[in-house]
Amino acid sequence: MDVALEVNGAAVRHDIRENTLLVDLLRETLGLTGTHVGCDTSQCGACVVHVDGRAIKSCTVLAVALDGSSVTTIEGLAATAGGDALHPMQTAFHEKHGLQCGFCTPGMIMSAVDLVRQNPAPTEREVRAGLEGNLCRCTGYQNIVAAVIEGARVMRERQGV
Amino acid sequence: MANPTGIGAAILRKEDRRFITGRGNYVADLKRPGMTMGVFVRSPHAHAMVRGVDATAALAMPGVLAVLTGADLAADGVGGLPVGWGITGKDGLPMKEPPHPALADGKVRYVGDAVAFVVAETLELARQAAESVVVDYDVLPAAVGVLDAVRPDAPLLFDDVPGNLCCDWDMGDRAAVDAAFAGAAHVARISLTNNRLIGNPMEPRAAVAEYESSTDRTTLWTTSQFPHVVRLLMGNFVLKIPQHKLRVVAPDVGGGFGVKQFHYAEEAVLTWAARRIGRPIKWVCDRSEGFISDAHGRDHVTEAEMALDETGKFLALRVSTLANMGGYLSTFGPNIPTNLYAPLLAGVYTTPAIYCEVKCVFTNTVPVDAYRGAGRPEATFLVERLVDICAAELGMDRIAIRRRNMIPKEAYPYQTPMVVEYDSGDPVGCMDRALEVADWAGFAARKQESARRGRYRGIGISTYVEACGLAPSRLAIRMGARGGLYESATVRVHPTGDVTVLIGTHSHGQGHETTFAQIVSEKLGVPVERIDIVFGDTDKVQFGMGTYGSRSLVVGGSALSKAADKIILKGRKIAAHQLEAGLDDVVFENGVFSVVGTDRRRSFDEISLSAYVPADFPLEALEPGLEEQAYYDPVNFSYPGGAHIAEVEVDRETGSVELVAYTAVDDVGTVINPIIVAGQLHGGITQGVGQALCESAVYDEGSGQLLSGSFMDYCMPRADMMPRMEIQTHSTPCAHTDLGTKGCGEVGTIGSPAAVTNAIVDALSELGIAHIDMPASPNRIWRIMQNARLPHAAE
Repeated sequence: MDVALEVNGAAVRHDIRENTLLVDLLRETLGLTGTHVGCDTSQCGACVVHVDGRAIKSCTVLAVALDGSSVTTIEGLAATAGGDALHPMQTAFHEKHGLQCGFCTPGMIMSAVDLVRQNPAPTEREVRAGLEGNLCRCTGYQNIVAAVIEGARVMRERQGV
Repeated sequence: MANPTGIGAAILRKEDRRFITGRGNYVADLKRPGMTMGVFVRSPHAHAMVRGVDATAALAMPGVLAVLTGADLAADGVGGLPVGWGITGKDGLPMKEPPHPALADGKVRYVGDAVAFVVAETLELARQAAESVVVDYDVLPAAVGVLDAVRPDAPLLFDDVPGNLCCDWDMGDRAAVDAAFAGAAHVARISLTNNRLIGNPMEPRAAVAEYESSTDRTTLWTTSQFPHVVRLLMGNFVLKIPQHKLRVVAPDVGGGFGVKQFHYAEEAVLTWAARRIGRPIKWVCDRSEGFISDAHGRDHVTEAEMALDETGKFLALRVSTLANMGGYLSTFGPNIPTNLYAPLLAGVYTTPAIYCEVKCVFTNTVPVDAYRGAGRPEATFLVERLVDICAAELGMDRIAIRRRNMIPKEAYPYQTPMVVEYDSGDPVGCMDRALEVADWAGFAARKQESARRGRYRGIGISTYVEACGLAPSRLAIRMGARGGLYESATVRVHPTGDVTVLIGTHSHGQGHETTFAQIVSEKLGVPVERIDIVFGDTDKVQFGMGTYGSRSLVVGGSALSKAADKIILKGRKIAAHQLEAGLDDVVFENGVFSVVGTDRRRSFDEISLSAYVPADFPLEALEPGLEEQAYYDPVNFSYPGGAHIAEVEVDRETGSVELVAYTAVDDVGTVINPIIVAGQLHGGITQGVGQALCESAVYDEGSGQLLSGSFMDYCMPRADMMPRMEIQTHSTPCAHTDLGTKGCGEVGTIGSPAAVTNAIVDALSELGIAHIDMPASPNRIWRIMQNARLPHAAE
């Protein structure tokens, strides 16, 4: 079945099986392996990408259902912030030591960007609640929370809020 | 002037960029030309005879390349999985070590035991084919929990292992303990369960195996914490592939926590099958599959008692533990509840006599092995819970009883009655600092405030000491290790003065690419930007034992330090030659070689270049090149310690526990990078909080089905479960490691379960509750509160 999407700003068109999950299209067909699979029950959030600007778990959506949508993965995130080398949220994760093994990181960053889109100045409690769909086993979340607050601050600054 | 990227510098991690941009290189990301996909057929039964495997339908599917079974393994002469430690029982006899075939051989012993391996062109095909493999099981009664498995009428997992008893092991002076108990003024007792856990690194296990017939070389990419050990165990004992023909690569690995420090059946099966079919094969573990095939952790049932005098002084400790081994012995399985548990039962106290017996028991469950902390969290939980019970029964203050029994700073080095000698430490200093930081003194007011809101509030402390930096080979081999536990490092200085380090440890989140670079930067005066750390590939790195037991910095860092010292010596020789001075007159400081008392000097870069342009070297005395290697075997374990304080609120109606504050003051020795150390503490504490509050692997007692088999059922800590933790260090340098480091990877997981549980018991003490088992789920706490509130409970 034909599916046409925009992925990280580029038009892609593929003939895929109807049961292909978005995450498999991204990882296997397009080679975008920054999006990870950490579970099989939609609990861990390692697979979070943006579809038309909103965070979704790419392990739980069929690619054909997104025909015509625009998908942004961790590989294309920086470009959405105006062509910088890094998105402010990526920089914040680095500067606040918000990652260790790195496996949950892409999903965590994609969720964080959407969280800030919905709530540009989140409190620590709001960040903790907002990340309930993302598991991290390394960091104890403390520096992730700090990173999201810092990333939000820079994103607000950039937008002149 | 302090080196801005040297030891102690709070610099940001060098390795982050690839991870934050999605350019990490994990095993599941790999693609090889002609790659096929593999799927394991796993037993749905906990205990059954396998009467036959019918793969006719699967093999008839187009695109299915092979369905392999234990019989095929046997026909090819493939050996069973080896055990890295052998322990000896009370009776002087070695542990029972039944064969552990990589695919079941006539019998399955746990739900998840692999029966067959299917290889097909695509994953979808392989899954469909696996579904169509018909296995004829003759289901047997299962022995699921340790208490069930040791009953006289329990089903036997192995015909030649009576009572399912792998080993009846002990340590300590039984007679001295008996004598102390006979004369004790008071005896405090505890019965506890240390809950079974599943490590769950966020990256599921995965492997890719490839055989190249033209060179007769085999490569295995695997999610491993110790690729060289996998090469040695798998190559030498299982598949009989010569070491020089076998390459094992562990690229970016998404967390380990012990789960990835074993040689797993899947690695051997994949490698064997790839050689057999002549195509690369990839296997990626589903999370649900991981729940029933990753080695589990903890799972103790323990009775313990402390003898005290009338002043609250500990006289003796007696411990009896049943430890679950699961259905087979995993790589380090028997070592964890014995050698990594009993020696820590002194804790930070002067208890003069200790006796511990451990029965290691086979059950129809997934094999149990090391999980972050491995034996030491179990010992700490037991000791620190029992100390609180001692205080409660004697009417003593919890801090006062600890202070009364703690090893004073000036008593170090301190020989415990349980083999180990602590080289350094200051438990009183750690505890006092933690009490201050956590405002222990102000707790009463906070408790009142919580009570006004209708909530119970409690505070709990856990002190701890652990033995890590695994390990002094001499001592480890005496304890049953079947190999050495040293580490190796090569420092390769390029002609430009840039540096590549090849080290045998493996970083899967710990930040070695930064920390190790800082050590080299400190030693050689080269900024970290010019230093790369290479690990995880047996074709690149000479050898190494990998990363586990908080050993990388302690053992690997010492090897690296020694290799760097050799570079400095070689550099001084080159400088002495060039500057026409005696070796003793050449010093190396701040990245410059100079002749003492003169202005004659050479920079590190100049010496590096001349090492590779040896125009006039006296070749009989001075070789060209600037590359040095060191192997380091520690003389003792290292002993990080500390004090953790947790504060909780318990909902009176629902029993839900909220962790409201957490303070850790840890003695991890010299700190190389405080940012990374804090990160290790955050993660370790959170895993320990997970054990205390929510994590638990639950098996159905009759069928042996894992009931907590996904993230929907096995509760992992999430961001909203944790408060902001306050982390401080109170360090005494390790007396015997090169840099004074002690290790920090496991301390959080060791200190936190008891601190949190002690806080919950404190919160519920007004109901007369003296102990609760982990995890303190709302359901468990609600039941305990309801029982305590029944009219008869107060009688």
